[in-house]
Amino acid sequence: MKKKFSLGDAAFDTLNTVIMILICFLAIYPIWYILIISLNDGYDAIQGGIYWLPRKFTWDNYREVFRNNEIIIAFGVSIARTLIATTLHVFFTGMVAYAFLKKELIGRKIFMTMGLITMFFSGGLIPTFILIRNLGMFDSFWVFIFPTMFSFFDLIIFQAFFRTIPDALEESAKMDGANYFTIFIRIILPVAKSVVAVIILFNGVYNWNDYFMGIIYLNNQDLHPIQTYLYKMVVTSESSRQSLNTVSVSTTRFTSTSLQMATMLITTIPIICIYPFMQKHFVKGMMLGSVKE
Amino acid sequence: MSNIVVPSLENNNKTSNQLTKKTGIFQQISKIWAQKDLQAMAIPGVIWMIIFNFVPMYFIIIAFERYNVAKGILGSKWVGFDNFIEFFTDERFWLVMKNTFGLNLVRLLVGFPLPIIFAILLNELLSLKFKKLVQTLSYLPHFLSWIIVGGIMYNWLSDTGFITTILVDIGILDAPVHLIGTKEYFWGILVTSENWKEIGWNAIIYIAAISSIDPNLYEAANIDGAGRFRKIWNITLPSIKGTVAILLTLNIGNLLGSNFEQLFVFYRPILYDVIDVIDIYAYRIGIENGRLSYATAVSLFRSIFAFILLYSANKASKKLTDVSLV
Repeated sequence: MKKKFSLGDAAFDTLNTVIMILICFLAIYPIWYILIISLNDGYDAIQGGIYWLPRKFTWDNYREVFRNNEIIIAFGVSIARTLIATTLHVFFTGMVAYAFLKKELIGRKIFMTMGLITMFFSGGLIPTFILIRNLGMFDSFWVFIFPTMFSFFDLIIFQAFFRTIPDALEESAKMDGANYFTIFIRIILPVAKSVVAVIILFNGVYNWNDYFMGIIYLNNQDLHPIQTYLYKMVVTSESSRQSLNTVSVSTTRFTSTSLQMATMLITTIPIICIYPFMQKHFVKGMMLGSVKE
Repeated sequence: MSNIVVPSLENNNKTSNQLTKKTGIFQQISKIWAQKDLQAMAIPGVIWMIIFNFVPMYFIIIAFERYNVAKGILGSKWVGFDNFIEFFTDERFWLVMKNTFGLNLVRLLVGFPLPIIFAILLNELLSLKFKKLVQTLSYLPHFLSWIIVGGIMYNWLSDTGFITTILVDIGILDAPVHLIGTKEYFWGILVTSENWKEIGWNAIIYIAAISSIDPNLYEAANIDGAGRFRKIWNITLPSIKGTVAILLTLNIGNLLGSNFEQLFVFYRPILYDVIDVIDIYAYRIGIENGRLSYATAVSLFRSIFAFILLYSANKASKKLTDVSLV
């Protein structure tokens, strides 16, 4: 695209580049802000004016967070929930997707129609709430696992990928007398690595970031995941902000804001860590999903 | 097709027809039995859908009852459309409707064009490396939870927060205000934070659509001496028209929806008057006040209305652009 260089073009390019740099800055800065406040002395931070680097550097906020049993438990719940629920979701949804794809499956049409219905209609908040209560999943860890085990939308993403796997791969295994389940585990899943990565990412991020289940289904504080715990921190400090902003009231060396920031940063770390690795996959996954939309 | 299952099925049919004269149902059962390993993988999914999707749909009938937990769904008193009538005559009905439509309209007007503009501008960048970098960073916020974003908003927009301080310093605000707890600014904060979080993510689909445009089109335009804006207007935009139409349809279908996870972070009594959209209101009357039937009726009203909207938007899209969902 060689063209003679015009002044208008140059102005446009410059402006465009500035806008893009600004967008990049805006995307990163809030995380940077969390980082510097969490590494700054809490009472010093209250005076404001910290924008680029910590003013009074300290690890104390992190030390305090790791000393707090409730936070440790909440992290444990989040990790357990994310690992178990995501593994089960990928495995279960993938398995059903594979089975639903087989033309010889009796009832296939009905099953797929049922699934399509679930994409357009849902019971909604209250009926689901009643269901969970009737199933006895209130105040139980299983509420994180079973209700998120399957998603028809993810099934469609799986199927879009499974269709591209050549039949020949399966045929030879069938000759050897392998059943569908063995084929799914031994052949399909290993070949479908990229779609598995996509679903792990989507579902894993959902499980890690969800805070609402903890609020609506769990009274037992010990089962609250870290996001729910953060929610309580944020809301409590907001409703009592008058008293907390006055330094003299508190006797500890920490402000709720600085502890919040430290917790938030630890919560963000797993996401930032997997981000570069998963990045190339999820654009693809997004497209697989949208083809069907 | 399958080598093992199908022949054995046929054998089963033959033997059963010739020898035992089984009825259709038995034949069907033996057919299913022959593929039990496949059925064993499919049926758990069907059971899951029945329990977690269809049973709640069945529970919707409590919208027409005065649901009593002790009496159960079948034993509760049938009240017909009373719950709906109560909602239509509810003193907050018009406020809730105004908030739902108003907020979503603002979200649509701001949030729909922004990713398209972003995708087009990104495409105009000359350096491929820079383009990649911007794109990668732009969807990072999508992966942060709403609690984290909300926590930052609470921090920055409080009366001592750093955005408030800046606004006072440059003279936009006369005195420090607790912005996050002020009704007038609330929608603005919602829309800004949502777009900050989602602009890069929502642009992915447009970026993909743009990258699949035939480069020859641009070459030809160059030879014709077309300028940049001409090319955007005559090539880029028409090429992504279909994608835009589909996403617009989906967005219009969602005019009664809400970004519940976002709203709930900011959900406090002081903001009820500006945050009460249908979903939030249903949450309050249902979960907080325990009026399950009434809340279900409110949600059901929303679903039906939303479906009609989606249906009409799809029809319109088909007429105007020849693109439709189903």
